[in-house]
Amino acid sequence: MSNTAISVSDLSKKYDERLAVSHINFEVPQGIVCGFVGPNGSGKTTTMRMLLGLITPTTGQGHILGEPIEHPEKYLSRVGAMIEGPAFYPALSGHENLMVLAKLGGFPVERVQQLLDKVGLGDRGKSKFKTYSLGMKQRLGIAAALLPEPKLLMLDEPTNGLDPEGIQEVRALLRDLANEGTTVFVSSHLLSELEIISDHIVMLRKGEIVFAGPIGELMAQQQPTIIAKSLKKSDLKRIVKIAEAAGHHAVIRDDSVHVLAEMDWAPVLNKTAFDAGITLAQLAPQLPNLEETFFEMTGDK
Amino acid sequence: MFNVVKAELRKLRRPTLFFGTIGAALFFTGLITSFIYLMIDSPQGNGDRGRTIGRDVLGLASGSVNGFASVGGFLGIIALCVFAAQTAQEYTYGTLRNLLVRQPGRMKILIGKLISMALFALVMITIAAVVSIAISYLLAPGAKVNRDLWFTSDGLDAIFTTFVNVTISVVAFGIVGMVLGLLMRSPISAISFGVLWLLIVENLLIAVKVSLQNWLPGAQLSAIASGGLIDLTYKHALTVGGMYVGVGAIIASVLFVRRDVAN
Repeated sequence: MSNTAISVSDLSKKYDERLAVSHINFEVPQGIVCGFVGPNGSGKTTTMRMLLGLITPTTGQGHILGEPIEHPEKYLSRVGAMIEGPAFYPALSGHENLMVLAKLGGFPVERVQQLLDKVGLGDRGKSKFKTYSLGMKQRLGIAAALLPEPKLLMLDEPTNGLDPEGIQEVRALLRDLANEGTTVFVSSHLLSELEIISDHIVMLRKGEIVFAGPIGELMAQQQPTIIAKSLKKSDLKRIVKIAEAAGHHAVIRDDSVHVLAEMDWAPVLNKTAFDAGITLAQLAPQLPNLEETFFEMTGDK
Repeated sequence: MFNVVKAELRKLRRPTLFFGTIGAALFFTGLITSFIYLMIDSPQGNGDRGRTIGRDVLGLASGSVNGFASVGGFLGIIALCVFAAQTAQEYTYGTLRNLLVRQPGRMKILIGKLISMALFALVMITIAAVVSIAISYLLAPGAKVNRDLWFTSDGLDAIFTTFVNVTISVVAFGIVGMVLGLLMRSPISAISFGVLWLLIVENLLIAVKVSLQNWLPGAQLSAIASGGLIDLTYKHALTVGGMYVGVGAIIASVLFVRRDVAN
């Protein structure tokens, strides 16, 4: 338990007859970045809300930094969170909004300006929140989550509305925090981003866990693909037949053939195609990325 | 708890809110207090619901705070609006989840909010009291009202008693606003319902059946501010009004503590 930042067991949440989260189990070790992925309505935000003590689970248990989620007062002073987008008082400035939260949590007020500078809002801190762009609101939300110098940071779609530069900054920030020992639990629909920064993945579909564990373990479970292109389009069907004759599943996508096979079969395909008079223009082994894996595992493509 | 009060006060000191509220309080204070003195000889009366407040009453030791006591109900309605808005906006802005992540003790949040808004109301009441007494003092000679007893020890005692009564009434109105804000989770709905009920529905009901004045919540809280009325005693108003506020506060608190924060 002591090396685990988040641990949930048989956790469920039922609204009337709808089971939003169904008996999920997963653990997130401390000091890593853990991506939390799932289609819209899969139960990610409900799970985060349960972990933060905002809603009461219907069944199950959970522990945050070793403390039971029934007693959020025991761990929330060490947790930073931004759930379902940044929510602040529109008529107050960014600085004032953070001051409200700093006073509420009893955090040093000097941190407010430091965090505004850290998220790139140092010169707009005195502007009212309602004048902020979506990206600026996201940055303020991240600054608010960092107020307690958290041991665990829970962020729901933190890169929403950010430009590519902002996304890169958030990526670097989260990685730095993990390197400093903070556990980062982050949900995002930008799976390519999560693939870059995450050590762990928790994948949810229709309220159930599809996968939870190291991202390397997830990717290793996926079958690699060999992508072959021929000079003549008419040869693509012949390549499919060669693959199928060798017992591999193959399909034509766009202008290439995708063969589900181990990397070491690529030279065999190359030679067989050559012997059959087919000139290959490209032959590349490819591991599926997180997005493809996600779609395959959740069946939502 | 102290942290919650400090955090809430930062929101309440926003100039638009602070000066807007004080401005509204001063408007009603000036209007109602002036009305008592300027309309002292009017056959339509110079008090609420056509009552007449004569020179003999205004010349008593308690004369300086007649205007202030009369404006208590309006100050209460202003408090109801502010308390309701400050509570319900946490739902509409989605900021309640921020508050509860930083302070998971939900009763601490509620009590801290109440204390900070009560302090805000106290500032409003103090300014209204000073302005009302000052207007009364300035208009009394023109209305041929004797003010010799106003600042005797009995007069000061009356000022203190009225101040306490108005404060009880205004904070009670504010708690009703908080309850409506918690139940309706929308500032517009909470304020509309509260103001419509207090200013229109209750007055219509009392016009139809006068005895309802003894049982409707707004009438009780207004009567507390005035230290009781001829046909509605202070003790009765305090008991019935206190029961309304107490029961409402308990129901709203239980709901707030147990309800999921899912928005």
